Amino acid sequence: MPSVSMTVNGRTVSKEVEGRTLLTQFLREKLNLTGTHVGCDTSQCGACVVHVNGQSVKACTMLAVQAEGAEVTTIEGLAKGDALHPMQEAFREHHGLQCGFCTPGMVMSAVDLLQKNANPSETEIREWLEGNICRCTGYHNIVNAIQHAAKAGAA
Amino acid sequence: MPDGSVGQPVTRREDKRFLTGKGRYVDDLHRTGELAAVFVRSPHAHANVTSINIDAAMASPGVIAVFTGADMEPDGIGSLPCGWVVTDRHGEPHKNPAHFPLVRGKVNYVGDHVAVVLAETPEQARDGADLVEVDYEELPANVEPAKAMTAPLLHEDAPDNLCYDWVLGDEAVVEEAFSKAHHITKLDLVNNRLIPNAMEPRAAVAEYDSGTDSYTLWSTSQNPHVLRLILSAFVTGIPESKLRVIAPDVGGGFGSKIYCYAEETVCLWATKKVGRPVRWTAERSESFLADAHGRDHVTHAELAMNEQGEFLGLKVDTTANMGAYLSNFASCIPTYLYATLLAGQYRTPVIVCNVKAVFTNTAPVDAYRGAGRPEATYLLERIVEVAARELNMDPAELRKRNFIQPDQFPYETPVALTYDIGDYEASLNAAMEMIDYAGFPARKAESEKNGKLRGIGFSAYIEACGIAPSSVVGSLGAGVGLWESAQVRFNATGTISVLTGSHAHGQGHETTFAQVVSDTLGVPMENIEIVHGDTGQIPMAMGTYGSRSLAVGGSAIMRACGKIIEKGKKIAAHLLEASVDDIEFKDGNFTVTGTDKSKSMAEIAFTAYVPHNYPADLEPGLDETAFYDPLNFTYPAGTHIAEVEVDPETGVTTIVDWVAVDDFGKIINPLIVEGQVHGGIAQGVGQALLEHGVYDPESGQLLTGSYMDYCMPRADDLPSFRVGMTETACTHNPLGVKGCGEAGAIASPPAIINAITDALGIMHMEMPATPEKVWRLAQDAKKSA
Amino acid sequence: MYDFGYHRPATLADAAAAVDGAEDAKIVAGGMTLIPTLKQRLAQPSDLVDLGSIADLRGISEKDGAVVIGAMTTHGEVASSDLVKSKIPALAALAEGIGDPQVRNRGTIGGSIANNDPAADYPAGCLGLGATIHTNKREIAADDFFTGMFETALEEGEIVTSVAFPVPEKAAYAKFPNPASRYAIVGVMVAQTGGGVRVAVTGAGPGVFRDATIEGALAGGFSSDQVTGSGASADSLNSDMHASAEYRQHLIGVMAKRAVDAANA
Repeated sequence: MPSVSMTVNGRTVSKEVEGRTLLTQFLREKLNLTGTHVGCDTSQCGACVVHVNGQSVKACTMLAVQAEGAEVTTIEGLAKGDALHPMQEAFREHHGLQCGFCTPGMVMSAVDLLQKNANPSETEIREWLEGNICRCTGYHNIVNAIQHAAKAGAA
Repeated sequence: MPDGSVGQPVTRREDKRFLTGKGRYVDDLHRTGELAAVFVRSPHAHANVTSINIDAAMASPGVIAVFTGADMEPDGIGSLPCGWVVTDRHGEPHKNPAHFPLVRGKVNYVGDHVAVVLAETPEQARDGADLVEVDYEELPANVEPAKAMTAPLLHEDAPDNLCYDWVLGDEAVVEEAFSKAHHITKLDLVNNRLIPNAMEPRAAVAEYDSGTDSYTLWSTSQNPHVLRLILSAFVTGIPESKLRVIAPDVGGGFGSKIYCYAEETVCLWATKKVGRPVRWTAERSESFLADAHGRDHVTHAELAMNEQGEFLGLKVDTTANMGAYLSNFASCIPTYLYATLLAGQYRTPVIVCNVKAVFTNTAPVDAYRGAGRPEATYLLERIVEVAARELNMDPAELRKRNFIQPDQFPYETPVALTYDIGDYEASLNAAMEMIDYAGFPARKAESEKNGKLRGIGFSAYIEACGIAPSSVVGSLGAGVGLWESAQVRFNATGTISVLTGSHAHGQGHETTFAQVVSDTLGVPMENIEIVHGDTGQIPMAMGTYGSRSLAVGGSAIMRACGKIIEKGKKIAAHLLEASVDDIEFKDGNFTVTGTDKSKSMAEIAFTAYVPHNYPADLEPGLDETAFYDPLNFTYPAGTHIAEVEVDPETGVTTIVDWVAVDDFGKIINPLIVEGQVHGGIAQGVGQALLEHGVYDPESGQLLTGSYMDYCMPRADDLPSFRVGMTETACTHNPLGVKGCGEAGAIASPPAIINAITDALGIMHMEMPATPEKVWRLAQDAKKSA
Repeated sequence: MYDFGYHRPATLADAAAAVDGAEDAKIVAGGMTLIPTLKQRLAQPSDLVDLGSIADLRGISEKDGAVVIGAMTTHGEVASSDLVKSKIPALAALAEGIGDPQVRNRGTIGGSIANNDPAADYPAGCLGLGATIHTNKREIAADDFFTGMFETALEEGEIVTSVAFPVPEKAAYAKFPNPASRYAIVGVMVAQTGGGVRVAVTGAGPGVFRDATIEGALAGGFSSDQVTGSGASADSLNSDMHASAEYRQHLIGVMAKRAVDAANA
């Protein structure tokens, strides 16, 4: 069985995995980081979005072994202690979540957006979120939250 | 001290755990020794199962057991029931064919449950499932409701594939009204099949404890007590006292997680069989196949009017697709949640509705956000719009002319409901002002300069939510009561646990309910915990669906708080050496009227549990349970207006503006209420523009079985919404509140279709208004122009 | 997913050897198509050879007047490349429209063209811009590379190493996405090049193709009013529940016009 080493939320981890183990399975089942969710099997819903080497990716469409040596950040690694990341804070303040299932991926995706575009327009935000499906909010407050996070300099 | 939070946009207390990845959903949970379950599903829409060979599967690495329907039968596992018996037009009960958790000899839709494989890992279970050899004798299949009555028979005990032929209203009286009509508008329409798609797929973990002969089932349920009741009383025979159902954080429901499904039933049965915990999580493709779907109606409607455009009568003929079996509440959706809403906001004096419910080789259809009421609203708001166009009247004017007036409440409709209160013109006027209806022609002209067709569409909806009272629904065939429970449990140190039967899966109950309790009992919100979703902790309850949580569950909480205050007064009177009648409760303090002698709620709670100085005739403790059975439905209503631009070259529709003005009665938390409206509109827009559950008419295969083909609304499909409120407080619940969860999904589809047909200058088109359909209609309109 | 042997070679030679040495190897680049396929158990390779560690396959440079993009360069890197944006903005825009941001952060140009999904964007980009595909064995003109639905000129074990795009005078890509999958229902790349006008269409047919009728129309003047419609007959085009062949045929014309307008803007 191949082994894989990576840094997850600042902690170095090394585990034996099957080649077919997905990064989502690795995070959820080997590391018990269950904040990364699985909402579809066709790489579209985005509930599984994490950062690999600073870029948002769908952890359901990446093998754990492909993250060898990578820096991985999951939703659990975003807040600094008790202080929410500004994007998390904006989602809370502006009711950018309801059932919470898409939320981790949505937040991780939004953080990546502001890394690349610190001041996106509403249209740019909506287009960026193409890979994240939310069934609860109608996106209104998600978009609103990201706009506020951008204004607050969350990037 | 009280927060005075009711009416304030308090941010949600539950958010921190969801935002930090600490939500706990069923699939996050593991039990020692658990096995993974994978279901073998029917690849055919209709077939006899002639043999099942499990030998190769059993020999596959890690496989512990393979079970089929034949294994469940000797254990007395029953059929998944339908909890509402509709009586047909001849006085006969509906047909409810057996629906076994694992099929016994015949499959009736693609995805039907043939066998289950239990293995050490999910991949091993999947490997095993691939090796279960099933021989099928294929039968011709039908997926279309309109053809069901002449299609091959699904169930021997349902001749003509007819579940029921049901009528509400008097056909003769309506015919009489039609005979006097100046104008009759006729419309044929289809309400498209939808697949709910809560983002969290369904999941179950079942564990049997042989020491106590008891079971625990973790389930993605909107109503764990109802699930327990169904599993105990109708399916497995496990006593309710031996079955604990826990629905932890649940990632959205929209109706699809009300029901008792085959999968959790099989897990629950199998855990004892194999003596190990059993877990199952749906893949999304399984959710598409086997979650209960929504809508799927074919309707012909006629609206009769006099010369002034006043409605004289409405005739509706609907064929409703039940799918292959009756899901738990399927039968009441196209009847008591549909036909009863056909008065809408209007004074239509006579209405008749005939509904034929039919079986087809498709996934069972049941309540999905709105459940019956979107179908009624779509029909009405479409036919009213068409009528306005035929009469060459302004669509707002025709609506106003027929609205029930504020001084007519309580208003008894011809379809069995009594609306308690409303002001429909107020919401319509507010919405027209918000969208600047008067400025529309100028905006249309501007669009035209850019080669775009602009349209505007109204939807003046009403819904009935918090279905009740139990005695009435019982007389109509409901197998359950529709009350709610609450327990307000003070701890000795003054903190409170509020146990509610209303499960939250996105609605924000932990915040809204805490606001209510905080204001009512004068206890800070941080001292109040809202507990839900566990039959082991919470009194018997009915759960969350039909926009009932605040109106029914919240009212139960209010009632329990009332009992707390009554008891507190007795304790305070004793401590303050006053008469109970002289104690008044305000802002968290019990005070002797006209004095400054006072005891705080915390002091009273402490005294109740440390009753050293205490009334002799009073029980210790401060812990009250209440049940609330509403007197009536609540009737939220309002007007949504959509403005769209159509690109005639491609057929693409863009929503350029959306206003919603809703009357939800008193608002506890506007932030949460607006969020509910946004989400509802998005699902309605999904139905109108994007979503369609399509089965191949020949093979019966589900063609829209993944997000590659079933189009979920995404952020770039939607605009920001402008939401306004009007308020007429509900007259019959202690909070004055109405439901808000489904309103958006109910209101929005006709607003969009009215807008697109307005843009194209046509009378009607079917949902979803996909680019190709719109393009074709735009071509036709251009040719005929 | 069925299990497989996993290889992560550091050089192209090692990758080729790993493929040759395996019973039925698949090459994984970004994995955006292959991994979902494996998850659905629609393929059962014995081995997976991951190109992710071969540094030579990544990067964007200019060479002999062409923009050369390494096979393992992600769509996101192409979309945000200053070089691509300045030389062939149409290509950057095309890459920016592939999938979603997360797909663009993993998906690669080499993987996309080797897979040759009939609704993918890059095949239209390559064909429309007259690119040359470089492999570990040879160079293949785009006109010869895309041979059919999910079919290419690549031989067993042959690995795409880079794609060279000659810089056009002007070009643009217009896409009409499937509302659900967001793949192209119709995508049209139009380019005015030294060698004439090239128009490549993806999504509409069983594979990417050049639309000679539109190319001919635009040869008479690179202006959208020259375009009167696609030369593809409706029976040669795809038809499914999202779009009939007739609608696709119509959209080719519309997208071609819009692309020409964008190229001229």
